[in-house]
Amino acid sequence: MASMTMAKALNTALADAMLDDDRVVVFGEDVGQLGGVFRITDGLAARFGDKRCFDTPLAEAGIVGFAVGLAMSGLRPVVEMQFDAFGYPAFEQIASHVAKLRNRTRSALTAPIVIRIPYAGGIGGVEHHCDSSEAYYAHTPGLKVVTPATVADAYSLLRSAIDDPDPVIFLEPKKLYFASDETQLPARTEPFGRAVVRRPGTDATLVAYGPAVPVALAAAEAAQEEGWNVEVVDVRTIVPFDDGTIAASVRKTGRCVVVHEAQGFAGVGAEIAARVQERCFHSLHAPVLRVAGLDIPYPAPMLEHTHLPSVDRVLDTVARLQWDDQPDERWVTV
Amino acid sequence: MTTTPRAVRRKARPAAPPDPARPLLPSSEQIRLLDPAGTPLPAHPDYPAPPVEVLVELYRRMVLGRRFDLQATALTKQGRLAVYPSARGQEACQVGAILALRDDDWVFPTYRESMALTARGIDPVEVLTLLRGDWHCGYDPAVRRTAPQCTPLATQCVHAAGLAYGEAYQGRDTVALAFLGDGATSEGDFHEGVNFAAVFKAPVVYFVQNNQYAISVPLSRQTAAPSLAYKGVGYGVRSEQVDGNDPVAVLAVLTRAVAHARAGHGPFLVEAHTYRMEPHTNADDAGRYRDADEVARWQDRDPVVRLETYLRDRGALDDTTVARVAAQAEEYAADLRERMHDKPNVDPLTLFDHVYAEPTPQLVEQRAQVRAELAADQEGAG
Repeated sequence: MASMTMAKALNTALADAMLDDDRVVVFGEDVGQLGGVFRITDGLAARFGDKRCFDTPLAEAGIVGFAVGLAMSGLRPVVEMQFDAFGYPAFEQIASHVAKLRNRTRSALTAPIVIRIPYAGGIGGVEHHCDSSEAYYAHTPGLKVVTPATVADAYSLLRSAIDDPDPVIFLEPKKLYFASDETQLPARTEPFGRAVVRRPGTDATLVAYGPAVPVALAAAEAAQEEGWNVEVVDVRTIVPFDDGTIAASVRKTGRCVVVHEAQGFAGVGAEIAARVQERCFHSLHAPVLRVAGLDIPYPAPMLEHTHLPSVDRVLDTVARLQWDDQPDERWVTV
Repeated sequence: MTTTPRAVRRKARPAAPPDPARPLLPSSEQIRLLDPAGTPLPAHPDYPAPPVEVLVELYRRMVLGRRFDLQATALTKQGRLAVYPSARGQEACQVGAILALRDDDWVFPTYRESMALTARGIDPVEVLTLLRGDWHCGYDPAVRRTAPQCTPLATQCVHAAGLAYGEAYQGRDTVALAFLGDGATSEGDFHEGVNFAAVFKAPVVYFVQNNQYAISVPLSRQTAAPSLAYKGVGYGVRSEQVDGNDPVAVLAVLTRAVAHARAGHGPFLVEAHTYRMEPHTNADDAGRYRDADEVARWQDRDPVVRLETYLRDRGALDDTTVARVAAQAEEYAADLRERMHDKPNVDPLTLFDHVYAEPTPQLVEQRAQVRAELAADQEGAG
């Protein structure tokens, strides 16, 4: 076992995929000689040539639309949107073409494209560099939406994404790029569509993904001191979503809090809360609660810590799970 | 009056280097090889007229295309199609583009290219599937090397660049031809597509049919450029403008454009000046934004009549052939009418078949729910 960062695991996954399959091509803004602003494509152009890893004009719709054409010609494009919010110009290409090509053509044409997006905050980034944009993509049928929280998953999920016959929005938590773990590559973890219990517990379930997973784990440790034995489930693949693992956990614990960085209103957490209540109603001792970002545009760096889910905010929310059989005081006056 | 200092006056201005943009620029006038009455104009050095047997085939497919278009409009009035965007008046462009390509080249059509698709030999029933409403794309795009008809106007411009690059990357000499309209040149994806194709030297022909209106909005509201063909120069793309109602010129210019792309010189942009004789679709009222005189003026430049006159004058077409082509067109329309008469079978359970290669568990659940609903309906009906 060697200590490895998520950034290095992603870089290795790209290199291994290119080695295994000549059809894999990597392109985007600054991904060539520079190796990407986060160095995720470091060394690929030198190793595989500038036909297989190359810079494009600075135009995100162009990058994604170009990938659609390349996929139609039989290649397997892996493209990078430099930052979450820089992906918005590509949204029409993603929603109207990448997501729908298989459907429109009854599977005669497909779009096995991976769109890598460094996303979310916690790194002191200025505006337009810290959005959590997963809900836009998860709301679009035809896309798979994946976000790793561990180094091994970063490698394995990216390899699975590149091998997948369908388009994958691959959301990389910037905050975790340089977090390291003891990992031996090539690591292969659970496939798409499987959530994973990261910490077993009996009293409540925290459901999290991407950058919120370490927060949930830290909160679970802290909760232990309060006498609550909290389970943490890492969603991993938002689409396809693993109802089974999450429902099994909540049926066991009877309590559930969903944690994510994105603003809460109409977010993925709302979907998860609804699904848990549909499946676990008779097991629940309290309403499913959410700890999400505030419903505000992503704040300036000096204010982001107030916006982001914190261990304290998660603990406060766990405390409101009606342990004493009293309704949540916040709702009494409503 | 100021006097220029002697020293400055003596210094000779160095000769200007050749303008690198000049070879890219379109002709200042539309390329035209026939006058509006069908009389040949002097030969053009850059755009030789295609062989006469090709022009006879162009005529044949244009007549079939027009008959198809009229039939599709009639089918819409009978309620067989949800809507139909006619290309009547644009036959030279629709068919000329197809004849300029090889069968293994790729076409990226928009919703107005139904006539072009039939000219490509795609079954007209499959072409009209989109508008009949039993699925989105009725033909097999991989087999026909024809992308599904694109409704978002300009997104296909980027796909064409990517496909052409990918084909070249894999050692094939495929050309991609992207159709678009005048309004689509205002969309960002047109500019990104042309720029990507230029930067990567992708073999793409961008073929703008400027039919003067984007639904109701006239060309003057899309651009202040002297011609849409000038949009190529800013991207380093060779460009040309052509009389889109002169079938001989359209085919000549597009043949040159395709050869340019196939030879590895990068993309080529062609603007064809033409006119949409019908409203935007059957649901539109063109009387609200253009007058009858304007339509009549364009009627006088009918591309089918123009080509027929030219070919008759050259002795390449006689009454017998004209009658035979007309009969073929009637037969084609009758067959289409007949086959569109039957209501297509649609199976709601196929809704779940082409979302992902493998349906998600959620889709499996929803499919089971719909299946149960259908079974209950059937039981109720039985």
